[in-house]
Amino acid sequence: MQPSLFSVQSTQQWTVTRLTFYIRNLLETDVTLQDVWALGEISNLSRPASGHIYFTLKDANASLKCVMWKTSAARQRLTLKDGMAVEVHGKIGVYDAGGQYQLYADQIRPVGEGVLYQEFMRLKAMLEAEGLFEPERKRAIPEQPRLIGIITSSTGAALRDMLTAIRRRNPLVDVLLAPAPVQGDEAPPKIVAALEALNRQKPDVILLARGGGSIEDLWAFNDERVVCAVVNSRAPVICGVGHETDFTLCDFAADLRAPTPTAAAELATPITIDDLRVKLDDYQTRIFSSTLNLVAVQKTFLSAISARLRFVSPERRIQSDIQHLDDLSRRALTSIVYGIQLQKKHIEGTQQRLDALNPLAVLKRGYAVVTRKDDGRVVSHISQAADEMRVRVSDGEFEVRKKT
Amino acid sequence: MAKSSSPKPIEDLTYEQALAELESIVSALEGEQGQLGESIKLFERGQSLVKKCGELLEAAQLKVQQVAGDSIIPFDEESS
Repeated sequence: MQPSLFSVQSTQQWTVTRLTFYIRNLLETDVTLQDVWALGEISNLSRPASGHIYFTLKDANASLKCVMWKTSAARQRLTLKDGMAVEVHGKIGVYDAGGQYQLYADQIRPVGEGVLYQEFMRLKAMLEAEGLFEPERKRAIPEQPRLIGIITSSTGAALRDMLTAIRRRNPLVDVLLAPAPVQGDEAPPKIVAALEALNRQKPDVILLARGGGSIEDLWAFNDERVVCAVVNSRAPVICGVGHETDFTLCDFAADLRAPTPTAAAELATPITIDDLRVKLDDYQTRIFSSTLNLVAVQKTFLSAISARLRFVSPERRIQSDIQHLDDLSRRALTSIVYGIQLQKKHIEGTQQRLDALNPLAVLKRGYAVVTRKDDGRVVSHISQAADEMRVRVSDGEFEVRKKT
Repeated sequence: MAKSSSPKPIEDLTYEQALAELESIVSALEGEQGQLGESIKLFERGQSLVKKCGELLEAAQLKVQQVAGDSIIPFDEESS
């Protein structure tokens, strides 16, 4: 039945705006509709200059208008294409001017990723419970590796990036590549085999790497077999898978996690060839200065020794002996001179005493000595007188004849 | 203390060996323990090692090989 024109009757009159507001309120207060994952195929994809993304999500029977604002779109890693099966998260709202309800999307992921994510969380919890991710298990990365092992695809950009980084930082090291596919079903067993083959060559460190990709692309690095092989590797492992934001279970299991393959190569070569040049210069300087120092010390020692040598040298003794000799001879001379003087005095004394006894001295006083001419005996008594006698006076003698 | 009794010919040393010997020579010289003649020998040996290390650094070329089972084969970067 058609309501008659302009008849107000029982039904309330709504403006379109008010009605639309009412409908919007219904939808936007529904808890389920405000946090929903919608599964479907992308069609009518449009990315105008505004940066917002518009598309329609379809399945066999229905379609849903979707919009993703610029801010969410910028965070979107997946490249959207028409026909792509996706899971879209967001909330249902109403576009007033268009008179349509639509899904305001904030996250889009490929179908199946949700399942993979749950699987990731399950495996992570399990391996964590086994203690495989304990910090105590982590081994130190050697400062100066001699041999770096690399496991990655031999055709990928990751290998090129790593070789470039190692060559730039420290071309002294040797690199041993164990090529392995890094995605697909065959990847996990091949990576495990590569780890074993590489470990037999005893590298100092192993880089396990691949470039970025979707969660499916990186899935080999969440494989339990690969995670266990990383944990059991004899050489420490640096894991550099994907981009900054990608985390795989191998990242947790590895001894060190690098955000990218290039970063993994850098972490494996902490000491660069420039560091080595600086070190060599330092050694050069230290060898020079310590040797110069050593020579200086020896010189000082030598001059001290030679001073001591001079002190104990026979030359010094000879000097001292000569001095002693001089001393002795001076003393000898003194004593000889003294002796002579003593003798002289003695002789003079004796002379005086002799002079005192000299009969000739008595003669000078007027006495005379009379001797017999015949036998020369001194006449000191009358009885001794002879006919002819000699008289000695002070300055000579003369003969006398006794008177009868 | 460096094994100066029968040192390996400098030509045969790898960079690591040369650097390790150089390190021990530096600490021996800085320890000031040796005879002067011995120290001068160490100094000369040290000089040769510095020269050798420098040459090895300048000539260093990244060597890339590939494991194939238990053997090691060359790896051709250009074709990859």
